Amino acid sequence: MSKVDYATLKKGGFMRQIQKDCFSLRLQTVGGALTTENLKKIAEVAETFGNGTVHLTSRQGVEIPFIQLKDIDTVKAELAEGGCRPGVCGPRVRTVTACQGCKVCPSGNIETYHIAKQLSDRYFGRELPHKFKFGVTGCQNNCLKAEENDVGIKGALTVKWLADKCIHCGVCVKACRTHAVTIADVDGRVSVNNEKCNYCGRCAKSCPTDAWDTQPAYIMSFGGTFGNTVSKGESPLPLVTSEEQLFRVADAAIQFFADHAQPGERFKFTLDRVGREMFYQKLKEAYHG
Amino acid sequence: MADTYQADETVDITDVVCPVTFVKAKVALEEMDEGQVLAIRMNDGEPVQNVPRSMKEEGHQVLKLNANNDGTYTLLVRKVGD
Repeated sequence: MSKVDYATLKKGGFMRQIQKDCFSLRLQTVGGALTTENLKKIAEVAETFGNGTVHLTSRQGVEIPFIQLKDIDTVKAELAEGGCRPGVCGPRVRTVTACQGCKVCPSGNIETYHIAKQLSDRYFGRELPHKFKFGVTGCQNNCLKAEENDVGIKGALTVKWLADKCIHCGVCVKACRTHAVTIADVDGRVSVNNEKCNYCGRCAKSCPTDAWDTQPAYIMSFGGTFGNTVSKGESPLPLVTSEEQLFRVADAAIQFFADHAQPGERFKFTLDRVGREMFYQKLKEAYHG
Repeated sequence: MADTYQADETVDITDVVCPVTFVKAKVALEEMDEGQVLAIRMNDGEPVQNVPRSMKEEGHQVLKLNANNDGTYTLLVRKVGD
């Protein structure tokens, strides 16, 4: 048999197993969203070419283990018929994770799938000095753990009280978990303390008369990692208020990593080594366009 | 500001925890007629943070949240729909 190019196989999502000539095939996903067509094909391939099991990965992906080396091309072709493509591993942009966001979840502030899909279309598989992860979470509940990613995006809501629609019921004051909302005893005026507000949007979502003007926004974090080293991404920028701005900033972050990282160095360690000042300056320039 | 509401029925959900808090309030509303007002007595913390919003999301009209100054709150809700 010809020499096996494991690096190429890994790049194409074939993860070597401890069993000789067996691979766990990782599939390309975005935010863990799969169609029933995908799932039927995955089940068929796992039964025919694997051992009848699949593994759901920590990044919302699917791996089909026990695929034989000799079957790799057939398996790829079979999966393509069900709309499935191999994923990636190694030093490149990995699976973009996302929660279901505001199209499904009552807590969601942003369209997470929409953002995740665009991030994936823009960056997925891009070759870099080391792995690079994006994650999108819809709100402060942070189900998708934004800050564990190299670039994390968290949905936010900016709120402005609308006096004429307010019935002064007091629900927003209690719904707020950061005690940023107060209601005046005298005239019932509602105030939001911007120092305390975390943009979760709970005041507006709980309001019985929708007496809030709201705008979705994004909190971006940089340099998170949750493997051998555990470190939370930092958020040096003010709220990002448009998709255009978001992608300008994301472009700047990934380019900074491409330009400054050493091979095998995660983003956090690049930032530790070259210093955050220069990076934050680049981010600010992108933020202001 | 001077609005006061007369409750037709009262339910106490301080003896249960989430998600039964919401279920108990919902069951109480189901036994009432459209337009009637339910007073729901609830604990501070998670119940008062979440139950008013759940009532809104169910389509009912939230009228007022009153502090009882004993660590509990009373939410007044007008039933919408049958």
